[in-house]
Amino acid sequence: MNGKQLRLAKSYLWEVICLLSGFAAMAVLFLILYYIVRRGAGVINLSFLTNLPTPVGVPGGGIGNALVGSAIMVGIGTLLAVPQGIAAAIYLDQHRESRLAIATRFAARVLTGVPSLIVGLFVFTLMVLRTGSYSALAGGLALAVMMVPVITLSAEEMLRLVPSTWREASLALGATHRQTVLRLVLPAATKGITVGIMLAIALAAGQTAPILLTALTSRFWLENLQQPTASLPVLIYSYAITPFADWQQQAWGAALVLVVMVLLLNVAAQLFVAARNREV
Amino acid sequence: MAESVTVENLSFWFGKQQVLKDVSLSAQAREVTALIGPSGCGKTTLLRCINRLYRLYSGASITGKITVGTENVLDPHIDQVELRRRVGMIFQKPNPFPHLSIFENVAAGIRLHGLAQGREVAERVESCLKKVALWEEVKDRLDRPGTMLSIGQQQRLCLARTLAVEPRVFLMDEPCASLDPVSTMRIEELIRELHKEYTVIIVTHNMQQAARISQQTAFVLNGEVVEVGRTAEMFVRTRDERTEAYLTGKMG
Ligand SMILES: Nc1ncnc2c1ncn2[C@@H]1O[C@H](COP(=O)(O)OP(=O)(O)OP(=O)(O)O)[C@@H](O)[C@H]1O
Ligand SMILES: [Mg+2]
Repeated sequence: MNGKQLRLAKSYLWEVICLLSGFAAMAVLFLILYYIVRRGAGVINLSFLTNLPTPVGVPGGGIGNALVGSAIMVGIGTLLAVPQGIAAAIYLDQHRESRLAIATRFAARVLTGVPSLIVGLFVFTLMVLRTGSYSALAGGLALAVMMVPVITLSAEEMLRLVPSTWREASLALGATHRQTVLRLVLPAATKGITVGIMLAIALAAGQTAPILLTALTSRFWLENLQQPTASLPVLIYSYAITPFADWQQQAWGAALVLVVMVLLLNVAAQLFVAARNREV
Repeated sequence: MAESVTVENLSFWFGKQQVLKDVSLSAQAREVTALIGPSGCGKTTLLRCINRLYRLYSGASITGKITVGTENVLDPHIDQVELRRRVGMIFQKPNPFPHLSIFENVAAGIRLHGLAQGREVAERVESCLKKVALWEEVKDRLDRPGTMLSIGQQQRLCLARTLAVEPRVFLMDEPCASLDPVSTMRIEELIRELHKEYTVIIVTHNMQQAARISQQTAFVLNGEVVEVGRTAEMFVRTRDERTEAYLTGKMG
């Protein structure tokens, strides 16, 4: 083999390795989706989505309360985490090398790596023990704690991508820093920031351990935010570990609903971004 | 409308590195003053002192005095927003706002400073686009993004955007550096028009350009203004041998 052939062979091998790795990642995703759909699609109908759970063996059990509970807790988490995360990102972007910024960035990175169970325990001590009750509020707070660092770090990244020449144009025109951030930098980074928020929501929607420690679960409809609350992940977990075939099947169905909801949210965000881009 | 700009004993440091050394320079109203000099000599920095855009840099320190009209720009209590409305800036790389339409790019400053309302905004935008000879080219697509124009058109859009807030002084940092010869000619024509109403300070690497458009030329070297004079005289007979060397291409 001469030098040229060797070079070609190497680059060919490299291509193949990359292709296979990409394919493996895709394959795992599709396998998971395939299983969830195959095992879960059968139970899904309107009453499954809207009914309360029933005891083992009683037909007609649904996940209505878990669906509502998840939506509300993820909603609370998002409402708390999005403004907080974006505000922190703006701070980090404006004071890149200040000590507080470096410390904040470090803390956010560490926080993304903290096991969610620990976050759950933290909120458990902070809220559940104090108020004496598991609640949707505590669950939402735990999710927010998990979402903030994800949103902060991704939003800062996106703000940084906005070229300084644009900021200078705005400042040179007489805009204040605040106006420059609100009217130019944030709108220019909306797309990337939205993607980061979606990622955080997807992450939050699937959390089990912190929800179990803060909202526990419930077999009834949610009446107020201060009581134990059902959620999809906890329902999936508790049904899946039982030996009962009908509950196991409902767990698969709930898993399918969860995946589809996260997927729909992503599509909605893409459409939102596309619509914004057209607006220009 | 135009206001003169006077720089007195200006020194500027990035951290410990002194970038401007005791610079004094006076730009008359309704004249074009060209700043020339080798790369890295401090021309951009000098320009950015005048509208205080240097404050963006961390570790910058400054001494001396800069007067625009009658106001000392370096006074920490000065209204920076008002200063930057009076002193407009054009950059080397055209930088229209990417998320705004052609129309909104020009309207941005008008809205920002509340200079007009309702129908008046559109009239002002139109008149500014006409002044920079862009109106005919864009009047049918005012709602398209400003960034879809050619680079030369973008630079004229930026000029219109700055014109719209009625500045007294134009600072231009190599405004033609990224343009083709035809676009450059058009910008030069505009500058020749502009100086009748405004004070223009322009950085350029192009000696012929300085000769074509400016009345006064300052030669900057290593952070010092080594020679200032009427452009017509300076290019015929320089007094400083360093300027001479630069102009004849022996340096820079
Ligand atoms: N943000 C900054 N931080 C530190 N030093 C800087 C910064 N910007 C410029 N400098 C330094 O200041 C000096 C003057 O730079 P300036 O940009 O004013 O030169 P210039 O004359 O405009 O050069 P050019 O013709 O290449 O644009 C240079 O030595 C440069 O390295
Ligand atoms: Mg420069």
